[in-house]
Amino acid sequence: MSWFTRALNSSIGKKFVMALTGICLILFLIIHLINNLTLFAGPELFNTVVKNLDNIKPLVRVIEIILVIIFVLHIFNGVKLWWENKQARPQSYAVNASSENSTLFSRTMIYSGSIIFIFLVVHLRTMWIAFNFNPEVHHNHTYYEYVSAAFRDPVYSIAYIIAMILLGFHLNHGFQSAFQTFGWNNKKYFPVIQKIGFFYSWITAILFALIPIYFLSGGGL
Amino acid sequence: MNTNKLNLTLRIWRQKNANTPGKFVDYKVSVSPDSSFLEMLDDINNELESKNQDPIAFESDCREGICGTCGLVIQGHPHGPIPRIATCQLHMRNFKDGETIYVEPFRAKAFPIIKDLMVDRSAFDKIQQAGGYISINTGSAPDGNAIPIPKEVASEAMDAATCIGCGACVAACKNASAMLFVSAKVSQFALLPQGQSERYERVQRMVKVMDELGFGSCSNTYACEAECPKGISIKNIARMNRDYIVAKIAKEEVV
Repeated sequence: MSWFTRALNSSIGKKFVMALTGICLILFLIIHLINNLTLFAGPELFNTVVKNLDNIKPLVRVIEIILVIIFVLHIFNGVKLWWENKQARPQSYAVNASSENSTLFSRTMIYSGSIIFIFLVVHLRTMWIAFNFNPEVHHNHTYYEYVSAAFRDPVYSIAYIIAMILLGFHLNHGFQSAFQTFGWNNKKYFPVIQKIGFFYSWITAILFALIPIYFLSGGGL
Repeated sequence: MNTNKLNLTLRIWRQKNANTPGKFVDYKVSVSPDSSFLEMLDDINNELESKNQDPIAFESDCREGICGTCGLVIQGHPHGPIPRIATCQLHMRNFKDGETIYVEPFRAKAFPIIKDLMVDRSAFDKIQQAGGYISINTGSAPDGNAIPIPKEVASEAMDAATCIGCGACVAACKNASAMLFVSAKVSQFALLPQGQSERYERVQRMVKVMDELGFGSCSNTYACEAECPKGISIKNIARMNRDYIVAKIAKEEVV
């Protein structure tokens, strides 16, 4: 192994990959959220936005490939770390006081992450595939109509909302954790980072969750 | 002197050696609230020995919270439920009459159980041997204030150096990670002028050995800082991460 792969496979290296890919995904979510919020402005704006993205398809495809790489690295490293960390304590404690010394968010990253992963697969299947390959949606540019119909299904919408709450959980720990991993913990700005992380994660989760709530409660009809 | 004795049930982990499975054994005790936790265990052992039974193996040395030898997981907390003290500084007045107290050894793959509550922490020695020292010749004692070090820096280095290497961070961490310990040992030198020449080689060597010994990675839950008897800050872990990343990206030593 070269020095580079050895560095990335060290305990700090794996954490660094988690933090770096996590920050990239956090930035991606902001762009995704801004796109989605145009749903509230009605079919015209949303369909135009998606159509415009369709016009620059080659660029979008490149970004999609980069995103896939980032996701794969984040998920692969996350599962690997979880598995290795489990091995580090073969026998667990009879009494566990972890709720008194750490936050629930920090201890459940693998669970919130796994559910977000399931959500991601369903989300790609329902939204991404329809937007790209469903002839009715893709050729007629009826993206808005497709999305609003999907969210009027209460089962789909409630599952979506639950996934967004868990996304909030995941981001709430992940945001400040990434800065700690980079070593950017300084008493001047770390409390600010923690606050930004808190507001970013819950505002993102709530705004995403508002979309199914909007359509479920009869909005956009 | 408090004469009202506490009646407690101690559920203590008994294990013959690393290869045999252990189990909890209950001991009913009537103990003075003024007794320390380890004195109570001494009393139990005296009684066990008088009955020709195998005493409970546990470690202790200074019994004033500075050596880092003692270390039990009491009610799920390394060094017990009271923050910022070692097991030897824990007194029975902190428990309620009639309580059942679980006493377990530190549990980590890198800290195999020797017997009962006693674990082998020589993994920490191996990490220290990999770089927890200064090997350059620093000469004889310099004149006072010949090397100016600001008070804040000296204090931060001293805070890192108060780590007694007890292993409570490993015991508390859900991943049995040793990063708080290693980062304290890295930081106490990284902050001071004498530690600079070996700074980036040291962090790489110590992290490498830490990884090889089977400790987990850091999940930034900060349970270690909450349970550390000396209150070592997780800012040291950030410093270690930073130095390690800088070392891998910008420095030429291949460790």
